[in-house]
Amino acid sequence: MKATVYFVGGLVSAAIGLPSIVYLLDPALRSEAGEAWVPIGKLTDMPEIGKPYPFSFTRVRINGWERTASTHGGFVIRRSEDPNDLLLLNSRCTHLACTVNWKEEEGIFACPCHDAGFDKEGRVTHGPPPRPLDRYENFRITEDGVLEILYKEG
Amino acid sequence: MWKRFFDWLDERLGFNGMYKALLDRPEPRGNWWNTLGSASLVLFLLQGITGIFLTMYYTPSPDHAYDSITYIMNDVAFGWLVRGVHHWGATLMVLVVFIHMLRVFVSASFKYPRELTWIIGVGLLLATLGMGFTGYLLPWNQRSYWATVVGTQIAGTAPLVGEFILRALRGGTDLSALTLQRFFAIHIWVLPAVMTALIGAHLYLIIRHGESHWPKQND
Repeated sequence: MKATVYFVGGLVSAAIGLPSIVYLLDPALRSEAGEAWVPIGKLTDMPEIGKPYPFSFTRVRINGWERTASTHGGFVIRRSEDPNDLLLLNSRCTHLACTVNWKEEEGIFACPCHDAGFDKEGRVTHGPPPRPLDRYENFRITEDGVLEILYKEG
Repeated sequence: MWKRFFDWLDERLGFNGMYKALLDRPEPRGNWWNTLGSASLVLFLLQGITGIFLTMYYTPSPDHAYDSITYIMNDVAFGWLVRGVHHWGATLMVLVVFIHMLRVFVSASFKYPRELTWIIGVGLLLATLGMGFTGYLLPWNQRSYWATVVGTQIAGTAPLVGEFILRALRGGTDLSALTLQRFFAIHIWVLPAVMTALIGAHLYLIIRHGESHWPKQND
């Protein structure tokens, strides 16, 4: 009798409990994979070699019942006359995801949140970041001379 | 091992004594009508739990209330189940609480020394209806909107204070974002708090007086 009660009780608890947990965690269990080529500007507008040109773009995603726009950004640095010799840094700080800014006079990308700095190659000069700035590795230049990067979601 | 653990706890908490006082009470001869109070309590707890779960996604704003419920119903895993239980549990609770009231009336259980249990029970019945009234608006669809227009208008027909009651219920002269917000607050904060307090008093009195017998010929 007692064993039966425990068995049925356990069964009912599982039948109610497991869906409840899935219900609560549902948004976390979704994977949003996807990628897209995002145009970020004409290469002719970035003529100077060695100068970081900032860019930003907005991606819109549907979260729940709302469209959420998130802004991403980075810097294009031409390393030479070769139009394909580009360094594309992500302006998201590798410490805790604040946005870094280019400081011309100091020659570093500075993060205002925890006083971090990165040099022109994205290497950490000072502060707490655990690794260099991320790079957009995949980029292409269209026939019209527009620079596009491959943005990967998730 | 477990026995020692429970003995250790029991020595400090005394839940064996509580168990005897709360659950192991002498009862009059079993009768299914006497279980409706417990059924009401179970439904109250069920509504509380499913309600807390619903607030994980529901938004009480005219812009998003309907969309968030559509999201719960169509996109969230088991959302249809949680909302379905809350929806049908609400209807069932009004029914069960009302039949419980009828049983207490028919069996004359409201008489001495249980007058206060009865009065508190009336408060609980009214609070349950208030839960139904405020909860009905929250999906913010045509039916709930117009039901609340009519419901608050009826409250507004009371002599002298009617106009004031209508404005207090709606948070202004019109049915608006303010109405939705205050109905939500009343639905999830005010009435649950009131009902928890009243249920506590109700249960205390039931334990204090024990359950009533069905009246006999000489009663």
